[in-house]
Formats: sequence, C-alpha cells, structure tokens
Amino acid sequence: MDDAVAPRRRFRVVRKLARHRSFSIGFVIMAAMLIIAIAAPYITGLDPTAMKIRMRFRPPQGSFWFGTDQFGRDLLTRVLYGARMSLWIALAVALLSGVVGALIGVLSAQFRRLDSLLMRIMDALMAAPAIMLAIGLGAALGPQTHSVIIALAVAYIPRTARIVRASALVTRELEFIEAARVAGISPLRIMLRHLLPNAMGPLLVQSTFVFAYAILAEAALSFLGVGPPPPAPSWGNIIAEGRDFSVEAWWIMVFPGAAISLAALGMNLVGDGLRDVLDPRLKVES
Amino acid sequence: MTAAIVKVRDLVKDFAVPGGRAGAKAVLRAVNHISFDIALGETLGLVGESGSGKSTTGRLLVGLISATSGEIELFGETITGPGGGKRLETVRRKMQFVFQDPHGSLDPRMRVGDCIAEPLDGVGGFSRRDRADRVAELLETVGLPRAVADRYPHEFSGGQRQRIGIARALALRPEFLVCDEPVSALDVSMQAQIINLLLDLQDRFGLSYLFIAHDLAVVRSIAAHVAVMYAGALVEQAPKSVLYAAPKHPYTQALLDAVPRPEPDRVRAPALGGEIPSILNPPPGCAFSPRCPLVMERCRSERPMPRAIDAGHRVACHLYETKS
Amino acid sequence: MTTPLLEVSDLTVRFRTDTGWMTAVDKVSLQIAPGEALGIVGESGSGKSVTALSILRLHAMATTRLPTGRIMWGGRDLLGLSMRDMRAIRGRDIAMIFQDPMSSLNPVLTIADQIGETLRLHQGLDAAASRRRAIELLDLVRIPDAARRVDEYPHRLSGGMRQRVMIAIAIACRPKLLIADEPTTALDVTIQAQILDLLRDLQAELGMSVILITHDMGVIAEFARRVMVMYAGRVVEAAPVGGLFTAPLHPYTEGLLASIPKLDVDVRRLPSIPGSIPDPTMVIQGCRFGPRCPIIEAGCRQDPMLLPAGLEREVRCPPRIAP
Repeated sequence: MDDAVAPRRRFRVVRKLARHRSFSIGFVIMAAMLIIAIAAPYITGLDPTAMKIRMRFRPPQGSFWFGTDQFGRDLLTRVLYGARMSLWIALAVALLSGVVGALIGVLSAQFRRLDSLLMRIMDALMAAPAIMLAIGLGAALGPQTHSVIIALAVAYIPRTARIVRASALVTRELEFIEAARVAGISPLRIMLRHLLPNAMGPLLVQSTFVFAYAILAEAALSFLGVGPPPPAPSWGNIIAEGRDFSVEAWWIMVFPGAAISLAALGMNLVGDGLRDVLDPRLKVES
Repeated sequence: MTAAIVKVRDLVKDFAVPGGRAGAKAVLRAVNHISFDIALGETLGLVGESGSGKSTTGRLLVGLISATSGEIELFGETITGPGGGKRLETVRRKMQFVFQDPHGSLDPRMRVGDCIAEPLDGVGGFSRRDRADRVAELLETVGLPRAVADRYPHEFSGGQRQRIGIARALALRPEFLVCDEPVSALDVSMQAQIINLLLDLQDRFGLSYLFIAHDLAVVRSIAAHVAVMYAGALVEQAPKSVLYAAPKHPYTQALLDAVPRPEPDRVRAPALGGEIPSILNPPPGCAFSPRCPLVMERCRSERPMPRAIDAGHRVACHLYETKS
Repeated sequence: MTTPLLEVSDLTVRFRTDTGWMTAVDKVSLQIAPGEALGIVGESGSGKSVTALSILRLHAMATTRLPTGRIMWGGRDLLGLSMRDMRAIRGRDIAMIFQDPMSSLNPVLTIADQIGETLRLHQGLDAAASRRRAIELLDLVRIPDAARRVDEYPHRLSGGMRQRVMIAIAIACRPKLLIADEPTTALDVTIQAQILDLLRDLQAELGMSVILITHDMGVIAEFARRVMVMYAGRVVEAAPVGGLFTAPLHPYTEGLLASIPKLDVDVRRLPSIPGSIPDPTMVIQGCRFGPRCPIIEAGCRQDPMLLPAGLEREVRCPPRIAP
C-alpha cells in the first residue's frame, strides 16, 4: 500500500447549499409553509368550509386575522387548508412532469430512432403556451383536482424532457459511457445507470421551477373555472371566489395572493440555489 | 514464438464527416491498411502523434467501433465482416480497455465499488456477497485499500483513479487489455507507478497489452514490440531492441530525436519542419513525404508499402526497397 | 552579477476553497537577469502556474486574497500598482503565453485583428501599419505564407500554428520578459520540438528573458539555464541545470528524475516516488514532501528552510544540508 487516500469529504453538496444565502431563505420559507399546511388543523381549530352567514365580510381583526369571506368562512383557516391543496398540486405536478419528462429525455438521448418521434411530440406540445394547453386539457378533463394535476404536468413535461435530453446527450459522449460499452452493458442499462443519474442535477433544478409555476398556474386555472372544485379551498379558488368582491373585501384576494407569491418566491430561491450548486456549467473546479 | 492472440490484417477505418461540397460527406481515413500481431503475454507499443489513428485502432480492436474493411482476429475469432458482431460477443469478456482520462472514464455519480463491478453487472449472476468480495480483491490487486469501494471518484487523485480504471478493466479476468495512453494525463511521479502496476499485472495474470502512447520513451519500459503510426498508416514496426537502437524510418528517427531528454548537455538536432498532415486531405504518395528530410521523387506519388527488412522488422519507406 | 530584471521575494498566494483557505504559493522568491532563461518545474498543485499568473496579477480575483510579498520590476513593486498601471506593463514589458492556444485566441477575430489589438493598444499604430507589423511578426515566428495566413481565423490553424500566433502576439511589443506557462504541453512531440527551437531563437534574437514553466524535466533540460523545482507550493530546490540533472540534492528532484522513462536504456521497472501529490487543502507538518520521502529524519518535522548549498544552489532539505 503506497498510496495515501485523501480525507473523505462528506455532504459537500449539503454544506454548500446550507451556505448559499438565497437557497437557505427559500428553504426556510418552503419548510415553514409545509409545516403550516400539515399542522393546519392544530393551528386554527375551525372548519374551512363551515359557513356563518352572520359573519360575512368581516375585515381582518382580533378574532379573524385574515377576515372572513362572503359565506362567513374564516379566511385564515381557508388559506391554511388551501396551502395543503395548492402545495399538493404543485408537488404532484413537479413529480409527475419530472418522472415522465426525465424518461422521455433519456429515451430520446439514448435511442436515436425514438428521438425524432418523441421530440416532434414535445415540439407540438411546446408550440402552445403551457397555460393555454393546461386550460384546454383541464376543460376537457373536467374540474377535478387530478385533472388539474394531469393538465399542468402535461404542459410542463416537454421543457423537462428537453433539459434532461440535453444533459444526457452531453453525458453520452463522455468516456465512462464508452467504458460501460466495453464492459458489455446494454444500452437500456447505460441509460438507467449513467445517463439518468447524471441528469439529476438539472432535473431537480427544473422541477423546483415547475413547482413554482404550478402554484401560479393553479391560481390561473381556478380563476378561469377549471381549477380544483370548491368548496374545498385552494389558494387559486379562494381568489377566484373572492374576485367579485375585490373592492369591498380586498382581504379575500390579498391573503391567498400573498401566499401564492411567497410560495413561488421561496421555490424559485430554492431552485436558484440548487442550480448554483448542482449545475456543472457554473461550477468552478477548485 | 508463442501464438498470436491478436491478428490484424489490412485494417481500414473510414469516418464520414460533413464538409464535402454541397452537403456531400467527405471521407476521412483514420486507419489506412494496417497489419500487426500481438503474441500471448506480450505488449505491443503503438506510438503516434495526434491524427495518427492509434486510438481508433485501439477502439476497433475491442469492438467499440466497427471496421470499414480488413480483418481483426481475436483469440481465433474473426470479429470483422459478416457475423463478426456475434463472434465479438463470445470473446468480449477476454478483453478490456483502459482509458486515458482518469476523470472522464469513471461515472462521477457512481461509487468506486459500483464502477469496478460494472462489468460483473453486465454479465450478471453474481450474488451481492460475491460481487463485494471480487471488488475488494480487485482493489487490493491494484494497490488500493478495500475501504475505498464506497467512496466517489472525485475524492481520488489522477493516479488513484487510473488504478480504479485498471481494477474495473480486470473485473472479468480478461486476457488482453487495450491501454489507450493510460499515463499521459498523469503527473510524472505518478506515471512510473502506473506503468509498474501494469508490468506487475502482466507478470501475475499473463496479460497481453496493446499499449498506445504518443511518446516513445514511455513505451520503452513496457513494450516488447513497438509499432509507429503516422497519418493512419504503420510506418515501422520492430522489436524494441531494434527500434530504439537502429530506427529505419525517417519519421521514427525524427520522433526519437524530438523527445526532450533530461540531459542538459545534449544538443538536439533541429526540429523536423512542417505540420502533421490533415487526414482529411492527405498528401499523395507517402504521407510523411512533405516533412521527410530524405524525400525522393517517387515518395511524392507512390505510397510505400510495409515490407520486412529483418525478422519482425517492417518498414514502409521507399528508401529500403531497393536494398535486400 | 547584473541587477535582476525581475525580483520576486516571499510571494505568497492564498485561495479560498470549499474547505477553507489554501496556500497555493508559499513564500516563493526568484530573480531573473536580463536575457536569462529560467525554468520552473513542478507537478500539479506545485504552485508553478499560480506563481507565474501572480507576477502579472492575473490570478482569479474572486477567490484569491491579494498576494503578499514583493514583485520588483524596474524599481517598482508590481503588487502595489494600480490595475491601470499594471495593464500598461502587461503585454508591453512582460508578456505571457499559455498551454492552450485555442482558448487564448478569440475565434471570431482574424489573426491580423488579434495581433493588431496589442499593437494599437501599446504602440498606437494605425490599421495599415499594424497589419504590416502583424505579417512581419508571423514571419518572425516562422509561419509560412504569412501574408495570406494573417487573414485567417484561429480554427483554420493547427495547434502548433496557433501557439506560434500566441508567441507573435506576446513578442509584438518586444517585451523584456516572456512568461511561458506549459507552452508545449498540448502539442505533439515533433511540434513541441519546433516551438522550443523557436522560443530559443527568439530569446537570442530579441534578447528577452524567459520564464518557462513546465512539468517536463526534459523540456527544462533543453531550454533553461537555471531551474527551480516546486512542490506543494514551495520551492524545494534551485540550481543551474547542469548541477541539478547530474547531482540533484532534494529527494523529490531525485525521485522525479529517476522516474522519467528513459529512451536510451532498457529499464524494466522504473523507480517511482511512492504515494501521491498531497491534497492542497491538507495541512502537513514540517516538510511537505515528508510523507513520501525516503530519507526523512527528525529535523524535517520543523518547517525546513531553503538554504544555500554550493555555488548558485539552494535546497530545502535538512538531511542534505547537514555537514
């Protein structure tokens, strides 16, 4: 044994992220939102759908911090429960478009004959703006939570697929792929063991941005009446329901709107941090 | 003489590259009718500068790319021509490749143990226990502690990574390794370690090597036979003792002379002029003729064919055709 | 001895890394006389390139602390100059060429544009004059058919030709000092020989001093008169080439020389230096070469000093200094 092995550097990525300022801020925002969403029943004790007609249109005050809506429902309670719905939709969209997009991306990179077919489909989907596509799909599938998720996921799959494909095409030219081929590894296995893991960085970054877009898009779909159906609250449908009273009862739209902005901001900060730390194009070798 | 495990005859590899007129593809001849043998347990050093076709030759031998024409016979199986792909599969386990770049040839996302075990996974049928044992054994073989199996490649120096690459190449107990410039990306003090390791492994497992290098000095310590390539063609091949003592081809002579040596008092002959020819647009006749100090009229029009001038010594140069 | 052209004393450069500050160059001192050829040899992490870049203050600003020490040039300390004054010295008085000539050339400008840029900046030539001068310079670096080549783009040239263009740009203003950082490492052997010949001829013709930085002992032996060996950020030995190659003092130099593959004798096993180059962020007590050294002794545990050892020679190794 004549070779000293350098000391082990564990958790480098985690340490870098912890030191990254905007990632840390974004992470704290998102963690806090998630905890609040999960702990909603313990925070308010009220039912988000319980109507109290006598309590209609109460502005923010001591017992109703966020005020009440046109049915006398406590807006704080609705925003807290709305976080569950909105964050769940965003997470599901990010996961679904991430998984499907990643598969399409690596398949087109590895199997060149599939490439032109898959990429033409992606081009067709990308030709329409994501939100228009989602509206159309949402309308076709009907106003249900899962149709919102599917509509938004389909809208964001092409972008994710393109990013993963680009990353996999770069990886494909590296020597360790040749090494795997000499070792007799099948193309499918090369795709799963080498191309996919090496695209995880860009995929993760893209998925955080999809998450942020999905929160905004859910609001837009609700506004147009193809969002998650009432009475169960989502940030989007709270705003949609409050729009007729925007002058008299501004608080109905402002508080969920602020929640949407904060969540989108938090997730974008997380994404920026991940990109700085994971994206090899910006990484400086030390 | 022992049996040849590698026989290459008239091997040609063309690449189609864009750049011809009106969208037509130009043909780039990377390997131009080369022939050589490698005997069991021996090392052939394949030396050449950039564009000489030496790496392409290495990749042809392990089937990473397929030949345009000519014949490659490995362990008695012809892997070129019709049905060659099938026969390649029967001998694939017997040969492996060691790459130049110890950074690029290991997947940064995979643990060292998984990198080394990759050829085992390709074959399949190893229990988790057997696989771990084999990885530990391989690490020990290349002089690394077994504990490094669950670390990642970026934690290692270039020399250590090259050891990992060699361990992976040995995983299926191959008999023949193609080493593509395995030390040229390493620091000087690491090069000797890796060369010595390859020598030890050869003694221990009876391996045969095709050792590709751009430098005649590195090859001298490992190869028994040396072949020199220039612009896709083999210009000279000879046993080591002959080639270094009495190089015949003017290019071999120039290449030997150009290597900077750690001898301050040595006065090197003035450098060979001219540039390495583009293989897209090779000169007619002998590819070396535009730079050759001994060029003759026929060199510019007629391509010299390799011919034996002594036992195991072949030269492709018109200078040696009139003699013998 | 004449007054040195450049005198560097106690140059120290520190970088920020993931795991803290790392000393890339540790109290390096060097002198170069007018017309002299100095070689700096070392492996990766030795600090040889950082030393060169710091002389021109070209180190990465974001991750580096201002180097400490002194870099005296014409009676001025370069470390104390404003960036504006420093830019005036770069290219005009001190020029530099790098390992990779492709990334040092701008792919969208012709050769004439790139050489002309330096000429217009430092010598105030107009377009026609700078073009004429560019052709002269290409002739000087022995590029055949210079009048035609001057209008080509870098990608049309081979690696060796690009390095010649880089040299032409470097000598455009007749610098007094040329710093060549691994100028032949990316080139083929026969082309490397051409470039070394060219550098040697130009040095004699123009009377410039050259600092040649390389990992290749053979290149040093061929080119330099005096050589400094660096290891892990420090100079471990300095000597005239003759002495260094016939009787190396430092065990690292000795090991490095022994491990070079020989062309003229058959060596079945090359002697090798055990271990690997230390991770630059790792702290090593005492001599940095200690963990790999065959002759380590108690005195090496304290930080050894670079001490005189005979005529024009210095070595950082207590066992080799002790009488």
